[in-house]
Amino acid sequence: MKSSVIVFPGSNCDRDVAVALEKLQFKNSMIWHKETELPKSDLIVVPGGFSYGDYLRSGAIAAKSNILSEVISAGKKGSLILGICNGFQILIECGLLQGALLRNSGLKFISKDIFVKVQSNKNKFFNKYKTGEILKLNIAHNEGNYFTDKKHLEELENNELIPLKYSDQKGNINLKTNPNGSINNIAGIFNKNKNILGMMPHPERMADKVLSGEDGLGLFLSLMN
Amino acid sequence: MTVTKDQIESHGLKPDEYKKIKELLGRDANLLELGIFSAMWNEHCSYKSSKIHLKKLPTKNNIVIRGPGENAGVIDIGDDDAIVFKIESHNHPSFIEPYQGAATGVGGILRDVFTMGARPIALMNSIHFGLPQNEKTQNLLSGVVSGIGGYGNSVGIPTVGGETKFNSTYNENILVNAMAIGHANKNKIFYSEAKGINKPVVYVGSKTGRDGIHGATMASAEFDENSEEKKPTVQVGDPFAEKLLLEACLELMKDNSIISIQDMGAAGLTSSSVEMASKGKLGIELNLNKVPCRENNMTPYEMMLSESQERMLIILDDKKEEEARKIFDKWDLDFVVIGKTTNTNRLILNFDDKKIADIPIPALSDKAPLYERKWTKSKLSKNKVKIKDLKKIKIEDALIKILSSPNHSNKSWITDQYDQVVMCDTIQKSGGDSAIVRIHNKDKAIAISVDSSANYCKADPKSGGKQIVCENWRNLISVGAKPLAITNCLNFGNPEKPKIMGEFVECVDGIKEACEFLNFPVVSGNVSFYNETNSKSIFPTPVIGGIGVIDNLKKIVNIKTKKSGNLIMIVGKTLGHIDQSAFLQENFSIYGGPPPEINLVNEKNNGLIVLKLINENLALSVHDISSGGTLVSLAEMSISSGLGLKIYKPKKLTNSFEYFFGEDQGRYLIEFSKNNLKKIETFLKQNSVFFEVIAEVQNDIFEIEKTFSLKTKDLHDYNNQWYSKYNAIN
Repeated sequence: MKSSVIVFPGSNCDRDVAVALEKLQFKNSMIWHKETELPKSDLIVVPGGFSYGDYLRSGAIAAKSNILSEVISAGKKGSLILGICNGFQILIECGLLQGALLRNSGLKFISKDIFVKVQSNKNKFFNKYKTGEILKLNIAHNEGNYFTDKKHLEELENNELIPLKYSDQKGNINLKTNPNGSINNIAGIFNKNKNILGMMPHPERMADKVLSGEDGLGLFLSLMN
Repeated sequence: MTVTKDQIESHGLKPDEYKKIKELLGRDANLLELGIFSAMWNEHCSYKSSKIHLKKLPTKNNIVIRGPGENAGVIDIGDDDAIVFKIESHNHPSFIEPYQGAATGVGGILRDVFTMGARPIALMNSIHFGLPQNEKTQNLLSGVVSGIGGYGNSVGIPTVGGETKFNSTYNENILVNAMAIGHANKNKIFYSEAKGINKPVVYVGSKTGRDGIHGATMASAEFDENSEEKKPTVQVGDPFAEKLLLEACLELMKDNSIISIQDMGAAGLTSSSVEMASKGKLGIELNLNKVPCRENNMTPYEMMLSESQERMLIILDDKKEEEARKIFDKWDLDFVVIGKTTNTNRLILNFDDKKIADIPIPALSDKAPLYERKWTKSKLSKNKVKIKDLKKIKIEDALIKILSSPNHSNKSWITDQYDQVVMCDTIQKSGGDSAIVRIHNKDKAIAISVDSSANYCKADPKSGGKQIVCENWRNLISVGAKPLAITNCLNFGNPEKPKIMGEFVECVDGIKEACEFLNFPVVSGNVSFYNETNSKSIFPTPVIGGIGVIDNLKKIVNIKTKKSGNLIMIVGKTLGHIDQSAFLQENFSIYGGPPPEINLVNEKNNGLIVLKLINENLALSVHDISSGGTLVSLAEMSISSGLGLKIYKPKKLTNSFEYFFGEDQGRYLIEFSKNNLKKIETFLKQNSVFFEVIAEVQNDIFEIEKTFSLKTKDLHDYNNQWYSKYNAIN
């Protein structure tokens, strides 16, 4: 499996996701944002961080960078694309995913371990998990409060396009288990074809037993399936 | 044009200091030169009041690669790995503008670390505020925390822990001390000493603006409400620029093109160029027309004294200029040759083809004033509290009061605003005795702890100084780390007052004594004087940041109790020293009396023995006993795991309050399996370590036999409410 991790000025989870990918024997390349060509890859990762300092609006400037036009066309052709945290924000800003990521409802940056419940495993990204499985992942963001219009929300809900929802350890999904105000506790969404995933939690931060757990590994393993 | 009396005074220089400047120059100074002298001779940059005393600190041993005097200290942790670290204050700016003050404090300390060739791997902090009910506190707390998080999160360095304290002494002078820790190859450390003449002096990073002009001078004076117009604009941080500068510098450092490098911190371009030239015993000549400016019509005076952030000065190998430029172009950062090194030993500044300043370098550094300030010994309070004279309270109520107090409450409201795990090497976040960060790609880690005890230092500066070093040492031991070295940030009032100077001298003496005894050298640090407003000084607040090494990741322990049925013992002797305790402060508002005594022999012996127990897998969880005493530490272990404890009544006829809340030093709580009791007992006896088994781990209920019984879950709730209530959005 070949993967490409896009690196913007201000990306800071690029190394972390590369470590997780390489641990699973992905052949990974780091692609600088000024590049105009993307190597052939089975997976494109848009990593977390503060691309362009989050200035103007998180992800807004990165969405206009050279390499993004390549990512967009690859996505439209069906390549697998994973946007994590700031990467999710970028995928929304560039139009590959719909909706908006607003400021957290608590108006503070939040970084902590949270639980998410897998809503569906019938896709390329979560096939190694069971539907209903609870995962401990880490979030770290200021703008993770997902919002979309009613029609799109129905489309997401009715077509298994919401793979992850914030929950507690027992799987309860409600306001109390919602860390950032995200509509319907959404932690991640797919595009219609389910080849593009954007998620706020960081799977790469739960890929090492010595640290805080391995619940995120399944996502990368699923992609190898 | 010569300078006027008023100008001299407004630059914070005393008449006799200006007299010395005239002698050194052989003439009057012009305004630019006066500004430069003022920037270099102020307390913040020159350490003129503290230097004589700091020299007493132990700074060397077999693991120290570079001690104080550089941007940060460097220690050897084996296998070519070096740890580069330092703590620094940003107190004055944070009080004026909490978000930017704290953010740029973090930015500055990060640059100190990556300037030396290290990739920053962790941030820590120690922040002190006035009482919560003081009207300024809430805004300052929230601004400082957002600023620390806002900067570190964006650069992508995990903020893994620290301490937050409240005390009325900080009502008008908060403390914001930030510590950065980096990892480098010990054979690739970069220093600031210039070498060779006619080498290009290169300016890299952000452009120079008008922010922070004279920041260092202002940080070297008491706050003065009447000089509003002279107050500096606090520097504004740009973590994005810092991230680019970090990556660009580390990329350039892979090669051998850098001769020397220095960040532009306090006193900006002035101090960086002078420091490099001074260390190399060279001269430096700059063409200020080349300095990249953010604003139009900036004067040489403004350029030399601006404290704009995210800038570096590099002396390059002249053959490597083009390669270096390419790297900075890639990262879209300015890269401009603004001058060269010379053999003149002078700082020469040119602007519009005119020489506008010409100062002998030693005049700004070696010949800066040095003061042996008058100091007086602190008066020690001998009034000891007698428990039987106090109003009767219940043990459990006293415990709950402490656990739910601002100083002892769980701080997740703060730490949840910090990205603690970016870089994917954080093994232990805040909340334990020390943070633990793995060395990337290796099976080893470092432990980091930041500590202070202002109340103890106020009551007895020398003993307090010793105590913080010991507590820091203990916190490192408690996670299974071998303590290696420290950095210190010494926060005090106005050193021109003998009483304050005395507090400083005695604290430093205490730190010295403990560091020497524990073989725990000081490798970097910072002094912050003039933490005073309207002549009211803060308590003496030295802050110690310590580093320990863990050679085997399997030997890490934490404070969480593990299993019902296991036993807990206190290692170290309980005498019941109740004066200066959290118990008296939180329950009775009594602040007098002497702090607990420090016995360095026991401290060292107990610590090394606990470390052995950890390394032999006999200690399953460990927590040091500090503020709040034994019962609070036991409660913290329980809260952390969710398990309960059955605590035995003290066997000897001692007062229960003194026994459970006394803050005797050199003690640890360790959990162990019943089967190992004999083995541990024998081992401790052989090594003359005092111990007593005090509790048994059980499910759910936290109790003292025949005294009280509480649900652990309730203790958890008491411990977790204060911050969110205090900061609730109304």
